[in-house]
Amino acid sequence: MVFKTEPFILNLGPIHPSTHGVFRMRVVVDGEVITDIEPVFGYLHRGIEKLAENKTYKQIIPLTDRMDYVAAMNNNLAYAITVEKLAGIEVPERAEYIRVIMSELQRIVSHLIGIGSFFNDMGTFFTPFVYMFTGKEKITDLLEMVSGQRLLHNYMRFGGVSGDLPPEFLPALRKFLREMPPEIDMYDRLLKENEIVLARSKNVGILTREMAINASASGPVLRASGVKRDMRKADPYSVYDRFDFDVPVACNGDCYDRYQVRIEEMRQSIRIIEQAAAGIPEGEVINPVPLRFQPPAGEVYGFIEGSKGELGFHIVSDGSARPYRLHVRAPSLINLTALKNMLTGWKVADVMVIFGSIDICLGEVDR
Amino acid sequence: MTETLLITVSARPETSSEFWLHLLLFGLGIIIVLLTSVMLFIWLERRLIGRFQLRPGPNRAGPFGLLQPLADVIKVLTKEDIIPNRADKIIFWVAPVVSLAPVILILAVVPIADSVLLADLNIGVLYVIAISSIVSLGVFMAGWASYNKYSMISAMRSVAQLVSYEMPLILSMAGVVILAGSLSLNDIVKAQSIPFIILQPAGFFVFFIASLAEINRTPFDLLEAESELVAGYNIEYSGMKFATFYLAEYCEAVVFSALAATLFFGGWQGPWLPPIIWLLLKTVLVFSFIVWIRATLPRLRIDQVMNFAWKFLLPLAILNLLITGLSVSLWPEAPLWITGIASLVLLVVYVLFWSKFFKPGGKTVAV
Amino acid sequence: MTTTMKGKQVFDMLKGELASAIVEVQDECLVVKPAKLTEVAGFIKHTQGLEFDYLSSATGIDYPDYFEVVYLFYSLEKNHRFTLRIRCADKADPVAPSLTCLWMGADLQEREIYDLLGIKFSGHPLLKRIFMWEGFEGHPLRKDFKNGF
Repeated sequence: MVFKTEPFILNLGPIHPSTHGVFRMRVVVDGEVITDIEPVFGYLHRGIEKLAENKTYKQIIPLTDRMDYVAAMNNNLAYAITVEKLAGIEVPERAEYIRVIMSELQRIVSHLIGIGSFFNDMGTFFTPFVYMFTGKEKITDLLEMVSGQRLLHNYMRFGGVSGDLPPEFLPALRKFLREMPPEIDMYDRLLKENEIVLARSKNVGILTREMAINASASGPVLRASGVKRDMRKADPYSVYDRFDFDVPVACNGDCYDRYQVRIEEMRQSIRIIEQAAAGIPEGEVINPVPLRFQPPAGEVYGFIEGSKGELGFHIVSDGSARPYRLHVRAPSLINLTALKNMLTGWKVADVMVIFGSIDICLGEVDR
Repeated sequence: MTETLLITVSARPETSSEFWLHLLLFGLGIIIVLLTSVMLFIWLERRLIGRFQLRPGPNRAGPFGLLQPLADVIKVLTKEDIIPNRADKIIFWVAPVVSLAPVILILAVVPIADSVLLADLNIGVLYVIAISSIVSLGVFMAGWASYNKYSMISAMRSVAQLVSYEMPLILSMAGVVILAGSLSLNDIVKAQSIPFIILQPAGFFVFFIASLAEINRTPFDLLEAESELVAGYNIEYSGMKFATFYLAEYCEAVVFSALAATLFFGGWQGPWLPPIIWLLLKTVLVFSFIVWIRATLPRLRIDQVMNFAWKFLLPLAILNLLITGLSVSLWPEAPLWITGIASLVLLVVYVLFWSKFFKPGGKTVAV
Repeated sequence: MTTTMKGKQVFDMLKGELASAIVEVQDECLVVKPAKLTEVAGFIKHTQGLEFDYLSSATGIDYPDYFEVVYLFYSLEKNHRFTLRIRCADKADPVAPSLTCLWMGADLQEREIYDLLGIKFSGHPLLKRIFMWEGFEGHPLRKDFKNGF
């Protein structure tokens, strides 16, 4: 007797507890095994690129907050750097250091949330998530101290940052730097040798080196596949060339490696913040641009190493006060290119683990 | 009057009318006590998980949040009762009852003091096994009748999982039966001058893990894996029908904790305190351990769950049964602790041996 | 430090037939005839010394006279970058070749450009709207797009 099974289509999302927002996957499953998958985007599309064409350059800064909303500082920074490149604005030394500190703090936040929800997807009942959030809250307090906001900071300006550090910030930051490394070690110790975690994530959802490069993956996803590429090292922006840090690389490209790379990156971020906090100079924090800011006509691509990958802004200016075209190279979206190859052949339960290990932010995917 | 009551609560009433009165009163008592105490257990679980997750847990309604489950009950009772259009209506209605009723029935044979139980069946253990497997029927009915793909997958998983774990569960209970020389739970408790957990560590190990799978608790909660299947088999249920499932799930946890306490921790036996308090304490202890596991571990994948049942638990249960049987039949006058040590050695050697050969992760496994 | 390859440098390496595919040599990029894009891109991907193995970003721009698609390439090995452009003069029905045969990473980005600017990529495996819903009329990022608000 020939036993024939019939595949059926399962819609995961857009309303689903672990799609990290409103993402939808149209999954064809044969029993529990995935035979095909088609990601469906656009449920959070707000047309930020179109909106940007009708706003002045300064008005776009708050818009960038709303892309990757767990790493708003990074978006601000990428946009500010791009416009500065376009208009040739110098940034004061102190502002550069503040930017680096903020950007690295934000990277830790993003990785903490990424790891926390990754473990949620794996089926832990929120415990790692809540642990990660206690760490995240400390950073959020720091960021609130400087920007007045907890989530959407709107802190970077062209030529600097919107305000100087309050006097209580640096002591608080030093306290944080003392507390955080043991905490990260604790998270890692609690999670990395759990037998079930290993069984669920090791050798699961492998993204090979060739595939990762071919699919334009970036950030921790690319580095977990064995490619040592970090824009902070490859093409240092801001003052990153002055700091001593390593680029963590793993070799298998499985979910566990992506988790490990994120943990290690948090440690490196702490190192960078320590150096930046020690070496922060006195002085101005902003080199003000004119109220009616009109960069020269031209085209520019600016980028940073965001927490999820290479975050780039492509701006075409026609010399007016509004950009002619603003395009965002969204790492969250582009990292999803290889999703189908990573998922096919795995089980329904693995979908969420693999998807969670890519760590996307829907605000950035759909923009 | 008091005399009648005393007779009715004991298990061996003399006359026919006393027999019926006993059944009525005790049956009602069990249902009332179980359903109300489940609320307390829900509160306990939420508080405990709260503490595990560095947060207070529910603490607003009533003292220490004790009234929180009551508030939840009121909320869930006032919800709209939705039946999907294409659901199989009759089965959809019956399913919650089918999954709750057997759970309550199990308590009929659990003694709360010497000979104080609803029915002292001489086939108590067999009865427990037979009744408890009906629960999976209710789950499957719900999953099938809901006309939902998630619930269908959940139903399939439930049957596969519960049927597999029944086997080690039964075999681990058989070890206890051999030692006690009786299938009646009352006699099993009386036989435990030394709690059977000391004489049967391997048996308890298997029993506990298999019952975690039987009651769908982490790490075997694949049926209601909220990160994959949203809610699993009860996804389409709302209102009281959902509450019935919720109740059934917690009742099961409580009943299996009570069962574990009875079979392995000496049930109502204990110095100074009244027997029922001892039983309750031991139940709470086991239940808290289940909650602890829930707060700690991620979820296994379905093929890993099946592998674990057939390749790890079942051989261990069989070996344990073999050792127990041999020691009782070949050397009946041997001191009891020999069995205990043999079982412990078996457990340690087996776990070490197995963990050497078990490699976490691995390629996709075709079902 | 990532260096930017000069347009002239790359142009000099293109030989024979491929050189004729170049419309314009700019300072830091080459403008390629749309029909020849895959060949030029394949050339810079596989040629020794260029090895642009990483397609970082693809952007569409709506200029008054033409649509432009900008491709940004990196070489992970050599750590340099280069930009290719194509111009689709036909504003009514712009068509460009898809780079998905060379870089999988072009997949979602080309779909995005198709969705928002309406440039059709011939050879794309699954060219359908990505952000806007099916049946949406028009392409929002075009300058002549009018919405109802």
